[in-house]
Amino acid sequence: MKLNDWSLKIATSNGSGSQSANLILVKSLFRMGIPVGGKNLFPSNIQGLPTWFTIRTHPKGFVGRQAQNNLVVSMNPQTVLQDEASVLSGGWHLVADEALPKIAPRPDIRRFLIPFRELSKDTSSSIRLRKLLANVVYVGIVARLLKMDRSVVEETLHDHFKGKDSVIESNLKAFAIGWNYAETHLPVAEFPLRAAAIKDGNQGKILIDGNSSAALGLLFGGCTFMSWYPITPSSSLAESFESYALQYRSDDQDRHRFAVIQAEDELSAINMVLGAGWAGARAVTTTSGPGLSLMAEAAGLSYFAEVPAVIWDVQRAGPSTGLPTRTMQGDVLAAQKLSHGDTQHVLLFPAKPEECFEFGRTALDLAERLQTLIVVLSDLDLGMNLWIADEFQENEKPFDRGKVLSAEGLNHVDSFARYADVDGDGIPYRTLPGTHHTKAGYFARGTGHTETAGYSEDSDNYARILTRLKKKMDTARGLVPPPVLTQSQPSASRTLLIAYGSTDFIIPEVQELLSQRGLQSDYLRLRAWPLSPETATTISNYDRVFLIEQNRDGQMRDLLRSEGSTAMTSILSFDGLPISAQAVANDICVHLGKEPL
Amino acid sequence: VTTEPQNRNTFGFEKKDYVGAKSTLCVGCGHDSVTQGIINALFESDIHPFDIVKLSGIGCSSKTTNYFLNQSHGFNSIHGRMAALATGAKIANRSLQVVGISGDGDSASIGLGGLLHLFRRNLPMVYLVENNAVYGLTKGQFSATAELNAKAKVGHDNHFHGLDLCALAITAGCQFVARSFSGDSKQLVPLVQAAMKFNGTAFIDVISPCITYANHEGSMASYDYVRSHKISLQELGFIANASTVTADYAEGDTVTVSLASGSELRLRKLELAYDPGNLPAALARLYEAKLREEILTGLIYLHSDSRSATRALPDALNLPATPLTRLTEEELRPQPGTLTTILRDFR
Repeated sequence: MKLNDWSLKIATSNGSGSQSANLILVKSLFRMGIPVGGKNLFPSNIQGLPTWFTIRTHPKGFVGRQAQNNLVVSMNPQTVLQDEASVLSGGWHLVADEALPKIAPRPDIRRFLIPFRELSKDTSSSIRLRKLLANVVYVGIVARLLKMDRSVVEETLHDHFKGKDSVIESNLKAFAIGWNYAETHLPVAEFPLRAAAIKDGNQGKILIDGNSSAALGLLFGGCTFMSWYPITPSSSLAESFESYALQYRSDDQDRHRFAVIQAEDELSAINMVLGAGWAGARAVTTTSGPGLSLMAEAAGLSYFAEVPAVIWDVQRAGPSTGLPTRTMQGDVLAAQKLSHGDTQHVLLFPAKPEECFEFGRTALDLAERLQTLIVVLSDLDLGMNLWIADEFQENEKPFDRGKVLSAEGLNHVDSFARYADVDGDGIPYRTLPGTHHTKAGYFARGTGHTETAGYSEDSDNYARILTRLKKKMDTARGLVPPPVLTQSQPSASRTLLIAYGSTDFIIPEVQELLSQRGLQSDYLRLRAWPLSPETATTISNYDRVFLIEQNRDGQMRDLLRSEGSTAMTSILSFDGLPISAQAVANDICVHLGKEPL
Repeated sequence: VTTEPQNRNTFGFEKKDYVGAKSTLCVGCGHDSVTQGIINALFESDIHPFDIVKLSGIGCSSKTTNYFLNQSHGFNSIHGRMAALATGAKIANRSLQVVGISGDGDSASIGLGGLLHLFRRNLPMVYLVENNAVYGLTKGQFSATAELNAKAKVGHDNHFHGLDLCALAITAGCQFVARSFSGDSKQLVPLVQAAMKFNGTAFIDVISPCITYANHEGSMASYDYVRSHKISLQELGFIANASTVTADYAEGDTVTVSLASGSELRLRKLELAYDPGNLPAALARLYEAKLREEILTGLIYLHSDSRSATRALPDALNLPATPLTRLTEEELRPQPGTLTTILRDFR
């Protein structure tokens, strides 16, 4: 019997309405106190193509993707053969009877045909609704097999459809049909998996996706302006921000203390952000790879004219249109150098929902402090999938609005030169348009300029400005979130694992798998670029360094090399699927001449 | 008691305070005349110069924002993106008065998409195109507003249809559409003054000849060509502090259009049948002008039908009167306890 240590896959087709059913299942497990994660593997399509949802529980909270699953529910005839192949030996396969083509028996698993169509025929008089409710029938069957707490599932279902009484009623009915079917038609006592409630198991926790977390982070971080162009997998971030802002950022006359503009393309989206940032708003655009590429020219303008801006890039698999609904950490180099010339940008790598929330504010603070573009690199896995996180805490510290001279402030300075390095940190002072003071005005431009913002093609002057911008990037090292080093106990390890972003989710599991091979490892999680000053030294303290990332070319390794960290081995995953701990641990074993797991 | 000398305006500034850096454009460039017209219009306006921002993209025309209002904020951005930049700046701080200067390359080619969407959104700003139908800084290529069969300076013909930015503006939802000529400051100045008082996108297509690359025989945008093909629809007069406005589009040959804060635009019709409030008629007249090789100038279209009016963008976005940039941190943070309430949905 596997207790809270199994993975479940549900195969459906896109547009069949399985999303609510899957969410209810994950949330019910979460509410039972069980460490759980849910991943949606979906096509770039509205209706008809295959889609999968996987749920993994693990006593230690490991949520990395499993290549094979203990229980598979096949609702989709298109994929039933490959789904059958993905059942772990000893596992169960529940197949919708209409989904079963000619299929050879697999003696090492158990397969049951479920008459979903027949079972859902009494749930509603509408054919369309019956199709949707077939999904809730499998929720009932799976819940009964796993011996889930029935009242928790029913309550979750209730909450999910809050306010729609007739919907709740038909869903409860479909759920009961599934539950009872399992009870009477399946050998439930022989089912090898179990979901056992853990008292206070998820106390102080939430179950959330990274995009909603980021939306909340931006709301609480004081974002007042967002422009965006719809693109998977970032759209839900902008939509979520707008809906929260509508509810929680309106004044007592229902006027909106924010603006969200759906732009005509990403060129406009980023240039709107530059206009707003220049005027003094905390401004963000959300996008993914193709949009990031389109924003390149404006990114250079932000860097050179020193205009605060934030791009929140929820990465997907490239190049080009790539796999629009699959995950990747493939934009690291593109983002860091986004634009021509000697352009450089500050990057943030949130690794979990808590950091999506926290970095919403951090990105805005840094953009205004450094007067430059900040690119936040999330990804589809982090952004759109469900993760257990600690409840977010609001940061009470005042927002950092950076070096802004008001009309009053201008009274106390002899002169104002927009691009002069007054403080020696490479960061100049700025004034906001509309400041009523004879010293306030200046002319921002993407062309060569003097310290007083005048047009200039003078070579020395140009080199001086570029050098100062580099100095500003050095100042950034001390301002960005530093890396986090987790040392193994006892801390005698000579092996270091480096990761960033959503790859973090699998590292504890990788470390456990490696320790089963007798290898202790420390873990350095990068949270930003440029690197904090001590990072290179930390890395150089280890004999063996593995950098694990989700792209083909080892993009972060290239960046670290540019900082002098040369001796490291890339462990790469770039098939568009969320990274797997097993595969990474195996790769590392192979590199060390150890037998794979 | 001291009185302001006559040469100071409402805000105590002299004309020289409205001047900018010295122009680096070619001697005789139409754009410099437009700059002078803008200086005159703004000097006489009741809008504080520090509330004005000057925005532009890339090109000869886009350089001109540097040549007026030296003490105001300006942003000379990247090619074709002024419309988006303006949208961000104005929405961030709705108290700013945006003057955007662009050219036919910047607006009719690389930035056409953004421009049309600016019209759709009705962002309050003056969007002025200095249109010379040619690329100047890259030395003489045709632009998208060059007329069919116009001749390049180096001799070859333009084989493509010339875009009419005013017709595009009208069909894209712009509610204030005018055309003028850099050499006609009597018409241009009141148009700019009226545009500054319009609560929505005010578009002015100013034919502004390029002395270097498009002032030859065969160019359909040379000084001679424009002068000989130009038709003025009205004589215009701007009145800053008119008393109570009586009527819009009154009968007869003079009509008065009321604008913001008690100002008016008076139009003495030169083409009696022309009604700038009639959208289909305006488009038909523009089309006819194209066929007859006329350059139609004056107030071409001003929205007068409340049924189809789109609200100005800050109102469509339901923004408060206080600019977003001036909201305090307290006003930006949700009420205490909000986060806990929101997170309940994720438990």
